[in-house]
Amino acid sequence: MRYLYVIITLVTGLFLIYGALDMPRWGDPRSPASVNVSPRYIEKAFEETAVPNIVTAVLADYRGYDTLGETTVIFAAGICCLLILKRRKEEVGT
Amino acid sequence: MIRRQDSIIITTLTRLLTPFIQLFGLYVIMHGHSSPGGGFQGGVILGAGFILLAISFGIDEAKQRFSEGVVAVLTSGGVFIFAGVGLLCLILGANYLDYGVLPVMEPRSMGMLGVEIGIGITVMAVMVSIFRDLLTFE
Repeated sequence: MRYLYVIITLVTGLFLIYGALDMPRWGDPRSPASVNVSPRYIEKAFEETAVPNIVTAVLADYRGYDTLGETTVIFAAGICCLLILKRRKEEVGT
Repeated sequence: MIRRQDSIIITTLTRLLTPFIQLFGLYVIMHGHSSPGGGFQGGVILGAGFILLAISFGIDEAKQRFSEGVVAVLTSGGVFIFAGVGLLCLILGANYLDYGVLPVMEPRSMGMLGVEIGIGITVMAVMVSIFRDLLTFE
């Protein structure tokens, strides 16, 4: 029974490696990630946003919704820690 | 519960280092759009400064300097600033988070700065909040 977990892990790992074999090479200029929107960002980001740091331009402007979601996730994590840990403390105290 | 450290080396070094850590955190936030950095990284540095203060001077003194109510307000205040910048764009007649219509010089750059400040405030307050919750959890 113990070896079942090992077998499941190995099979899943082999499937993941098999799936990763089709990935384009690292830094391939013809990979889908490099031909779709990246050239547009690199060429136009400074022109459109007047921000020399393209990473920030993409993060905060082109993908502002995404960053708003990330900030909300961090906010939710803080609130959840507050809720879970504060309640335990009061229970112990009473 | 963390008490104040007895070692004078730790307390003196903390007293000397804390202003520089916080200044560096503010620098990373404010320079996020012209050099590597941004709200998340700067907020973490600012939060680490407060955590260092709590570790070396004790949680009670840290709470006196940065009370729980302020932490709670800042946690939601950062998200509020972020969403507020987006809403301001909506009110001024553009899409949500489309900074082009803000009535300032280089509106997109300034909009990003406002957003980064909001992110930094939230990240800093959440780090301090989680640290304190874990510390007072028994």
